[in-house]
Amino acid sequence: MDYIDFTQLHPVRKAIVGVRRGIIGFPKTVGQFFGAIRRGIAGFFRGIGRLIAETVAAFVHGDFRTRLSFLILGLGNAFRGQIVRGLLFFLCEIGYIAYMVLFGSSFLAKIGTLGTETQQKVFDETEGIYIYTRGDNSMQILLFSVLSILLTLLFIGVYLWNIRSAYRSQQLQEQEKPLPTFRQDLHSLLDSRYHVTLLTPPVVLVTLFTILPLIFMVLIAFTNFDKDHQPPGNLFTWIGLDNFSAMFGGNEQLGYTFLNLLLWTFVWALFSTFSNYIFGMILALLINKKGIRFKKFWRTVFIITIAVPQFVSLMLMSQLLADEGAVNVLLRELGWISESVPFLTNGTMAKITVLVINMWVGIPYSMLITTGILLNIPEDMYESARIDGAGPVTAFFKITLPYMLFVTTPYLITQFVNNINNFNVIYLLTRGGPLTLDYYKAGQTDLLVTWLYKQTVEEQNYNLAGVIGVIVFIITATFSLIVYNSSASAKKEEEFQ
Amino acid sequence: MMKSYRAARRLTNGMVYAILAVLAVLWVLPILYLIVLSLREEPGAYTPYLLPKAYTLDNYTALFTDTALFNYPRWLSNTLFVAVCTCVISTVTILMISYCFSRLRFPSRRRFMNVGLIMGMFPGFMSMIAVYHLLKLVGLDQSLIALILVYSSASCLGYFIAKGFFDTIPRALDEAATIDGANRNQIFWKITLPLSQPIVAYTALTSFIAPFADFIFVSVIMKDNYQNYTIALGLYQMITRENLYRYFTRFCAGAVLIAIPITILFLCMQKYYVEGVTGGSVKG
Repeated sequence: MDYIDFTQLHPVRKAIVGVRRGIIGFPKTVGQFFGAIRRGIAGFFRGIGRLIAETVAAFVHGDFRTRLSFLILGLGNAFRGQIVRGLLFFLCEIGYIAYMVLFGSSFLAKIGTLGTETQQKVFDETEGIYIYTRGDNSMQILLFSVLSILLTLLFIGVYLWNIRSAYRSQQLQEQEKPLPTFRQDLHSLLDSRYHVTLLTPPVVLVTLFTILPLIFMVLIAFTNFDKDHQPPGNLFTWIGLDNFSAMFGGNEQLGYTFLNLLLWTFVWALFSTFSNYIFGMILALLINKKGIRFKKFWRTVFIITIAVPQFVSLMLMSQLLADEGAVNVLLRELGWISESVPFLTNGTMAKITVLVINMWVGIPYSMLITTGILLNIPEDMYESARIDGAGPVTAFFKITLPYMLFVTTPYLITQFVNNINNFNVIYLLTRGGPLTLDYYKAGQTDLLVTWLYKQTVEEQNYNLAGVIGVIVFIITATFSLIVYNSSASAKKEEEFQ
Repeated sequence: MMKSYRAARRLTNGMVYAILAVLAVLWVLPILYLIVLSLREEPGAYTPYLLPKAYTLDNYTALFTDTALFNYPRWLSNTLFVAVCTCVISTVTILMISYCFSRLRFPSRRRFMNVGLIMGMFPGFMSMIAVYHLLKLVGLDQSLIALILVYSSASCLGYFIAKGFFDTIPRALDEAATIDGANRNQIFWKITLPLSQPIVAYTALTSFIAPFADFIFVSVIMKDNYQNYTIALGLYQMITRENLYRYFTRFCAGAVLIAIPITILFLCMQKYYVEGVTGGSVKG
């Protein structure tokens, strides 16, 4: 089928063809993804090469003022009348040197060993008391070293920019063109370089609160920072890949726990995403069925449960479903059971319970989202399906579902990834329990993320948490990058405007 | 023939009403029961009977009078303060990022977007230990400002929905404004934003609600500084094993009190919420 045929199809048929194509083309998409990564890395190094070449060219062709700014930042600009710009470069240099001398270098120097001197208790003769000497603190060394490295990278960036700026001013002067004044620079930040203005604050925030901690935790995965090595009393150090090899084979219990939790995480994510989605859609269809009155009322009833803060409803649910909780009392009074149903205390039962409760939490939400799109499916499709003898069930699977899947792919992916990282539902309902001795400090409903949380906050096995985090991160990142970049909405980005 | 068709239709509609009614009960009952529990006079989490033997409003008044151990009013004002600040900061930043990625074309735009996407996948609390020590370095640990910073920076990465929404606003408008001499800053504030009411409302609503729901970040940042707890963590303290028996009904009262304003807010903003999500995250 060529493109012309495709465009002439009915929207719903188009959707079906689209979904089929997406599935058939998936291996190719994966291939493209890794190709793109390779190209990205190659491009990165080419970029660095170009930068170096430019810098060398600036040194070779630059006059003494440009060359001076290799040593004292901003001098090249300041000499040519761009005083404020030059001053700002100079301040960056002063700030960086001050930071390194006063703070950064003392940590950076110890990054190889992560500290050697533990805190000691010494008897102070003059005061007559025990005092603690200030030993090294591996964690601070690592954290502030990472911070210093990031700042150094930033400074290198500023440094290269300074040289470029000095050389550019020189060239402009040689061509006898006017140099941009500081006022003009500021104006360009609101227009031609508006993206710099818009992106700087978020980039700073994200670097400090996400990227820096991310690097830190990834590095922790290569150390022995566990509950026996808590600084400053005990220091930790680099141990290479030992944590990873323990996870994948070295330690049988650990590997067993990991594989089982990984499996359960996937089952959970897949099942909870699709059950919420499909049942939410059915609920939306029921409410919007022709001839059903009080649509607004029904919708509001279900929306109330979204509006109640999730932690409230989840904590309530965990109390209601306890062995002595209200649900068991109700069932007993009705005479349906004689002994309590172990909703949250039996492994298999607890897994089913969390899935069902998650539906209770999520269905109204997907009902809300799908309603608007469902109404866009042309009515005549259903009409002709009915004439052809299709019942409502057939119509749902042949018309509604394919169309919706096509239109809401981005939403579904987001939901899937959110569910892999769905901390709240699991932790607030079961705390990962019931616990089992087969697993290493984990319960049967634990997801990888709740296991990670327990390793961090409860057990303080940060190295293990780092390993789990790295793996979860690789899985989710690869998955979502592939799907986002190949999804229709990313490809059609330009067409939309 | 006509009659039987109508009869069949009435039958199916009747069934739909029945299903909807059953579902509605299933969905609303736990919430109604929460209200009932909050009015119960007897303490304890579990009772061998369903409906309370006696009703009282004490649980509600105790929230505001018995503040020695659990300072509910203080937590409430903490949460409101954090929520309002986070709402303002993250709404502005999210809209800025989204506009930037949707409308401006600059080198490495795609790379930035992909990095943002990947960073958003990172389970946030894994980074909390590092964040805590960074905050400690600048003397901000256990403070509300720290919470605002952390929430705002976490929300930066949720720009995809707003970007999708901006993508649907015709570019011709920007071009027309450029011809009239507007710079990009003016286009953003005077053209794009006024056209994006639903997504502004959606972003503001979600970032306002976030501090009410989170308790992981708070627990790591605040440690044992009870005075600076937010409502979620505070209520969570009421149903730990030691406190469950004594404070369960008070927990219910506190939960009801917090649920009411959020529910009302949500119902009022519902329209925007749906438009925001469907306009942004979903398109073919």
